[in-house]
Order: sequence, then structure tokens, then C-alpha cells
Amino acid sequence: MSEVAPERDRATQSQLVQEAVVPPGEAHDLPAPSAAERVTVNERRAQQVLAMGGGDWAEVSARAHAEGDDDVMVINMGPQHPSTHGVLRLVVELRGEEVISCQPVIGYLHTGIEKSIEYRTWVQGVTFVTRMDYLAPIFNETAYCLAVEKLLGIEAPPRAQALRVLMMELNRVSSHLVWLATTGLELGALSVMLYGFREREEILDILEEVTGLRMNHAWVRPAGVSQDLPDGTEERVRSFVDDMRGKIDEYETLLTNNPIWLERTRGIGVLSSEQLVGLGVTGPMLRAGGIAHDLRKAEPYCGYEQYDFEVPTFTESDVYARYQVRIAEMRESLKIIEQVLDAMPSGPVMHPDPKIGWPARLALGPDGLGNSPAHVQHIIGESMEALIHHFKMVTEGIKVPAGEVYVTVESPRGELGYHVVSDGGNLPYRVHVRDPSFVNLQTVPVMMNGLLVADVIAALSSTDPVLGGVDR
Amino acid sequence: MPPETTQPPDLIQPVLTGLRERFGEAVREVSGHRGEVTIELATAHLVEVATWLRDDPSAAFTHLSDLSGTDYPERPDRLCVDYHLYSREHNVRLRLKVRVTVSDPHVPTVTGVWPTANWHEREVYDFFGVRFDGHPNLVRILMPEDWKGYPQRKDYPLGGVDVDYIDAHVPPPDQRRYRGGWTST
Repeated sequence: MSEVAPERDRATQSQLVQEAVVPPGEAHDLPAPSAAERVTVNERRAQQVLAMGGGDWAEVSARAHAEGDDDVMVINMGPQHPSTHGVLRLVVELRGEEVISCQPVIGYLHTGIEKSIEYRTWVQGVTFVTRMDYLAPIFNETAYCLAVEKLLGIEAPPRAQALRVLMMELNRVSSHLVWLATTGLELGALSVMLYGFREREEILDILEEVTGLRMNHAWVRPAGVSQDLPDGTEERVRSFVDDMRGKIDEYETLLTNNPIWLERTRGIGVLSSEQLVGLGVTGPMLRAGGIAHDLRKAEPYCGYEQYDFEVPTFTESDVYARYQVRIAEMRESLKIIEQVLDAMPSGPVMHPDPKIGWPARLALGPDGLGNSPAHVQHIIGESMEALIHHFKMVTEGIKVPAGEVYVTVESPRGELGYHVVSDGGNLPYRVHVRDPSFVNLQTVPVMMNGLLVADVIAALSSTDPVLGGVDR
Repeated sequence: MPPETTQPPDLIQPVLTGLRERFGEAVREVSGHRGEVTIELATAHLVEVATWLRDDPSAAFTHLSDLSGTDYPERPDRLCVDYHLYSREHNVRLRLKVRVTVSDPHVPTVTGVWPTANWHEREVYDFFGVRFDGHPNLVRILMPEDWKGYPQRKDYPLGGVDVDYIDAHVPPPDQRRYRGGWTST
């Protein structure tokens, strides 16, 4: 298991670590273990620092060795492991079957999105944020656009708001389906994996029909959405919702009272409400711990206050309760989708102000998404001014008044927050994303203590981490 | 009816009064923008103010939503750390702000007040080089541990190359700023 690096490399690496991190004397500079100041395993674990390079590996095993505990085995899980939901690395210390510590190590998927956004226009920013939490792209886009709109002091037209809600709730169901499918797979419920991905495919087909892409849609834009629903989508969504209700019943038949599923999930990964609040946990994990907080109810956005839905809450705070919350949330999402379709307002999907709204209407052609033929006809054949305006809006983009805002939406994983700063120019000054997976992953060391090694996967999976969002 | 998206000022008023009474010298500036309230604090008083905001029933900011950094190179105290607080009880949000210089980038840690700050502070350290004094393990979190420099500072280059056309020159991405033509900043 151990990663043996040549002696020379190891020396260079630890030297580099010394130079790169805070100067000696600060908190991370751990004292060498000695018999005189022998600390308990627990105390040491609390201070333990794991960086992502792998150079600390020798240190971890040496420390375990120095503690004189020959029973302790250090297992490196990931970053390329089928059950780590992306490139997450877990360093697990085991005594026999029992986990005595588990440290998540992240950063393997860091792509500098927050930095890159600062060099693109406000509208181009949408194409970056949609790539963060790749299982919930519509939520990223919506939260970012709500932040930009708040800075602009405008609201998207009612139809655009309703369309956003419709797409977000479809996206929530598809995200929860991936969670259900992968968790089922990891705990041995293979049929659930197949069914989950089968239904998710239906949703991705709908998203593709509306936006042109299965993921990374960039469909929500500041001041509206890029295009209206195509003909026939409404009926398709309605028939999907009708089917889906039965499908959720099917999953429940397979799992909810299944003795093996209960055995693997009940009482696993329990967090107290103090831990949940202190660690800033949000979303289904929080609601599985008895705290009925949902941003769609507490601070409604995009008109959520007009829809009638429940906030499913359970009290056991274990993996099973998180499963129940997600299943119930899928049903609530279906309810919202139907209400949106019933009460869909008519009108434009982009803000009418020509200095803010995107000039073109996009349309799906045989070769994918592009400017609608009518718009191309208008700017090329009819109006020189329209062409100039289009060119200016696309290259220079909109100007956003100076200021800063923090906007949140309830993503499938919890509070997705965007802290957006503008200096009054055509490029974002700073965009910081509070990704719920990033925060919820901090519960892993707390949850894992004392679990059996086989339960590590169940507990980790219940946090539903998406590393694209964690690492950004 | 559910509460408004942005809190009306009267909800946050008792908190501001309480803060001014107890920590008058700590509060540098209070500002409101787009319905959000920002309190700029003297760095030294951050932890006591944070503790009071969390524990006092009139505030009850038990949830630290987000902690993020921003770099304003034109200011002497250019590194800025924002704390986005949320009170579930009162359904109110509040932003705390502290500013430090690059030569003395020390901010006391709030991990003792809100344990969730742990990874957030590591991230701000990683990207801006702000040192959170008293943090249990302040090391890089997203960048490799042997990385040099603090990538989200404004003077840290994005990278990329410039492009030459026959009669035009487009500077590398981090120097581009469209002001009626691609110009360098």
C-alpha cells in the first residue's frame, strides 16, 4: 500500500513543504513524538495535518509506528478509488476493523475557476460556474446569476424565474438519483444503481432538449435564461413526473424495508445537532438531523414562496435518515415541477433592458445550439445598429455597478452561496463560492470515529460529495 | 407569508445597537448595500465580537455560512476577509469584514467560535496568504503544498500567452480589459 518514493525526492519534498507553508513556530509545526510527551492517539489525530502531495505518507506511518501501536494500520484510499465519488483521498487509520481516524485530503480537482472568472465577462462567468458542482449545474448558474442580478438591482422576468425553478427541481431529482445510484452500488444494491441511472438519463434528455447540453448548460444567464422551452417539452416533463412517482415507489420497495440496507445504513455516521450546526452542515444532512431548515422556505428566491411543498425532516441523523430525506425530497420536487407547469407565466425570458439582456435568442439547430435564424437574419440583413449592439454586448459585455453581495440557493447538497464583488466594470472582481460539499466534507473525520471499515463508504457516501464543487 | 429575501434593517438594528454598546471601539464602519449589512471590525476584536454574535440571543448567529478573501491592491490594508453569518433563529444575514496588510497578514482564527471555519481559513490562507493565528493546522488545502505564492492575489498572474494578428495585438488573458478595444491594464 505504501507509496515508496526515492530518498532524494522525499527530502526535496519535505524541504519544499517547509518553505511553502507558514514559518516554523506556527500551529502546524508538530513536535516530534517522544516518550516524555507522549500524547494519546486521539489528541495527535486532532492535530494531524495531511497535505495532498503524498509526501506526508512516510510521516503518517512513522507517526503511527512511533506511537508503538503495532495494531494500527494506515490505509490510503483514493484519490483514484471507485467509492470516493471523484478524486477524494481518505487516509484511514485502522485498528483491526475499527476506524480510529479518517482524514479527507482534497485539492486534486482544483482548476482555479474562481481565478479564471475574474478574467472573463459577467455572462461568460456562467460557463465557468456551471462546471463546479457538475451534478447540479443549474443551481450554480442560478445562484451566480441571482448574485449578478442583485448587484444590477434587477429581477429576471417572471417566466424566466419559473423556468429556473422548473429546471432546478428537475436537476435536484437527477442529482439525488445519482446519489441513490452510487450509494446503492457501493453498498451492494446493484439494481438500484441501474434504475437510478436509467431515470436520470430521462432527466438529462429533457435538460438536453431545453439547453442543448446534458451538463455544463450555461442556460441560466444574468437577467433571464438563454432560451424558452421548446415545443412539446412541457408534455414530456409532465409524463416524466407521472412515471417518476411510480419509480420512486419502486426504489422504496427495494430499499426502505430491506434488512440488508437497514443493517448497512441505520446508526451509521451519526452526527449530533451541535456537530451539525458547529460544522456548518446544510442540506439533506442537516434535515436528517432534525433541523428543518431549507433556504427555499427561509429565504425564498425565484418565486419559491408561491409553491406548496414540505421540508422533509428526520431525526436519526444517520445514513438511513439521509436516504429518507433525499427520497422524500425527490417527491417534493415532483410536486413543485407540476405546480410550476400549472402556473407557468407567459412573457419574455430575458430582461427587456437592451443594455442588460442578452441580445440574441438562441435556438437549437441540427448542429446544436446557436443564434436563432431570425436573429441572424435581423443583424446581418436588416439592421446595422442591431449588429453593432450585438457585437458590443458579446465582446464587451454588461457593466455591473460596484458593490458586493452574498446570495444563496438550496442546492441538492445544501447551501450554495456566491460571494460576488464588482468594481463597476465589465469583469467580475471576485467570485467566491461556498460549496456545500466542501463544508459537509468536514464532518467526515467526526463521523468516521469508531466505525467499522466497511461502513466508511456508507458514511462518506451519505455526505454526497461532488469534488468538482469541493475543489473548484 | 415567508420572510423577505433580504432582511429589513429593523431586524438587524438591535444587533447593531448591542454591538456598538459593547464593542464600540471594535466597530470601524457599518454599511448597507442591496439589503445586506456589513460591519467592518478592528482585527484584534474579531473573536470577542464573533463569540458575542454567536451567543447573544438577540443575534444568535450560530451558522457561519461562508468565509472568503478578497484582494484590493490599491489599498494599504489590501487583504480583506469576509465572514458571512446567518442566524437561523432570526433569519437574518450579516457580513463581518476585517482588513490586513500584506506585511502583517495576521487575523485571529474563529475556529474556536465556528468549527466550520477550519477549511475556509485554510482556503483563504492558501489563496491569499492570510495567517489565521491559533488555527489548528494552517496548511494549504487546494493547491499543492509546495506551491509558491498566493494565486488569488490580484498581482498573481493568470498565465497564458498574447496573440499577434496582422494589425492587432491581444495581450495575455490576465492583462486583458475590454474598454472599447482590447487594452492592457
